Amino acid sequence: MMDKVIIAGFGGQGVMFLGKVLAYAGMGSDLDLLWIPSYGPEMRGGTANCSVILSDEEINSPVIDYSDAAIVLNKPAYDKFAPRVKPGGVLIVNSSLAKLEDVRDDITIVQIPATEMANELGNTSIANMVCLGALLPSLNLVDYEKVEKTMDKLTKKRPQLLEVNLTAINKGISFVNE
Amino acid sequence: MERVLMKGNEIIGEAAIRSGCKLFFGYPITPSTEVIEYLSANFPRAGGTVLQAEDEIGAINMCYGASCTGARVMTASSSPGISLKQEGISYSAAVELPMVIVNVNRCGPGLGGLGPAQSDYFQSTKGGGHGDYRVITLAPSTAQELYDFTMQAFDLADKHRNPVLILSDGFLGQTMEPVVLKERPKAPEYDKSWIVNGSKGREKRILASYSLTNEIGEKNNLYWEKKYNGIQETEQQWEEFYAEDAEYLLVSYGTTGRICKSTVLNARKKGIKLGLIRPITLWPFPDKAFIPYKDKVKGMVTVELNTGQMIEDVKLAVECKMPVHLYRRQGGMLPTENEILNYVEDKFGLSKEGEA
Repeated sequence: MMDKVIIAGFGGQGVMFLGKVLAYAGMGSDLDLLWIPSYGPEMRGGTANCSVILSDEEINSPVIDYSDAAIVLNKPAYDKFAPRVKPGGVLIVNSSLAKLEDVRDDITIVQIPATEMANELGNTSIANMVCLGALLPSLNLVDYEKVEKTMDKLTKKRPQLLEVNLTAINKGISFVNE
Repeated sequence: MERVLMKGNEIIGEAAIRSGCKLFFGYPITPSTEVIEYLSANFPRAGGTVLQAEDEIGAINMCYGASCTGARVMTASSSPGISLKQEGISYSAAVELPMVIVNVNRCGPGLGGLGPAQSDYFQSTKGGGHGDYRVITLAPSTAQELYDFTMQAFDLADKHRNPVLILSDGFLGQTMEPVVLKERPKAPEYDKSWIVNGSKGREKRILASYSLTNEIGEKNNLYWEKKYNGIQETEQQWEEFYAEDAEYLLVSYGTTGRICKSTVLNARKKGIKLGLIRPITLWPFPDKAFIPYKDKVKGMVTVELNTGQMIEDVKLAVECKMPVHLYRRQGGMLPTENEILNYVEDKFGLSKEGEA
C-alpha cells in the first residue's frame, strides 16, 4: 500500500514543513518513505512544492507521475498540480487563496477556507495544518494519532506551538467530516 | 541500530564522520551544499575540521596535501565545481593519494541547471582530467547506499592508494529517506609507509608526480596501468534484478537505476520478461555482469540522464552482440517508470505480446 502526496504553495506557507510532518509520521510507523523537495532558484520568492511517498513495502521509483492526493495552498499551485492527481484521488484546495471555476469531476476536491480558519485560530501560518487535517481521513498509512505523536516531537523546542497546530489539524478533520 | 530520516547530502557527511575522516575541504555549490553544511555543524564535535577554501581548486589541493600526510580526507562539489578540481584529481591519481571526492551531479554543460543528471559519467569514468588515469567511481541509488558507499569509498581509497569518486545526483542529495546508521565494519590496517610526516630518524620520502625522463615516464605509466588492471579485475560491483530469466535487460545506475526497478516489476505484471543490471562501480565498469547474458538476451536498453554515455561501455561489454538502445531524459528531468516501459515495448515490438 502506498500514499503519494504532492504539497504546493508559496514559499513561506509551510509547504516543506507539512511534508516533513507526513514523512516523520511515516518514520514513526516504520514505513518506507521519501520526502522530495523542489529545490533551486524557484525557491527564492516563488512557488514551493514537495512530495512525500509513504509505503509499507520498499519504494523503488521515487518519481510521481500521478499522485494519490495533493494539497494546494494557492491558485498557481492548483493550476499546476490539479492535473497531476490521479482519477479517484483527492485534492485539498485552500479556497481562501484559490477560487476555482471549471473543476475536474473525476477526483474528490475539498475546498477548505484554510487561511480564514487559521486566522480565526489567531495564527495565519497554520493554514497548512488545517489542510493536513482535511487530507488525513483520505490517507491509507498515516492517521491522526501518528501525526499527533510526530507533532509532539517536532515541537519539542517550542512546545507552545503544539496545541495550536493540533487544533488546526482537528479543525481540518472536522471540516471534512461534517 | 539507529534508523533516521536525513537528506542524502547529510548522510554522506555522517558516513564520512563515522568512517574516521578527519578533514574536509570544500567550496559550497548547489545541490551539494548540505555536505559541507552538515559537516560544519557536526564535524568539530567528532574531532574533525572543515575548511571552506577560496575555491574548488584550493579545496582539492588541500585534499592533496592532507592525503600526503596519511589523513582521511574528503571534498564534495557539483558538476562545474568538479570540473575545476580535475587538475588536482589528476595530480592526486599520479601521486596515488587516497581521498574521497563527492560529485552531486547537476545538469550541464556550462553552468547548466540544478536538477539531477548523469551527464558527468564520461568525466567520472574515463579519467576526467589530463593524463591517463582512473578513479574508482561508486554510484549509489538510495539513502542507504549513500551511507554504505561513502564508508566503502574511504576503504577502497586506502586499499588501492587512489582517489575514489562518489557519483550522486541532485535528486539523491536533496531527498530525505530513512537510513540505518550501521556501525562501520572493522577495516584492515592500510599500509601508510609512503606518507610524509617528518623524516627525522629515517630516509626522506618524496611524493611528486613529475617524471624526469621518458623512460621513467613509461615505467610509471606501466605501473599505474597494472594497478588499474588489478582494480578492474577485483572491484567490479553490480546488482541484478530479475535478470536471470530475462529476455530483455535494462541497464541503469543511480536514481534511474531505482526507477528501472519499478519498470521491471510493472513489465513482469504484464508478462514481459524484463530484468535490470544496475552497475554500482561505474569504473571499473562491471563487464562481468554481462557475461552470462550476452549470448542469451534479445536486447538491452540503457536508461540515462544524458545523451548516452554508459551505453558505450554496455556495447563493449556485450561485444555488440545484440541491439542496445538508449532511453534518456536530460536537463534535470527524471523519467517515470511507465515511460521507460513504453519505450521498451515500442523498441522491441512487445505491446501486443504483453497484452495477450
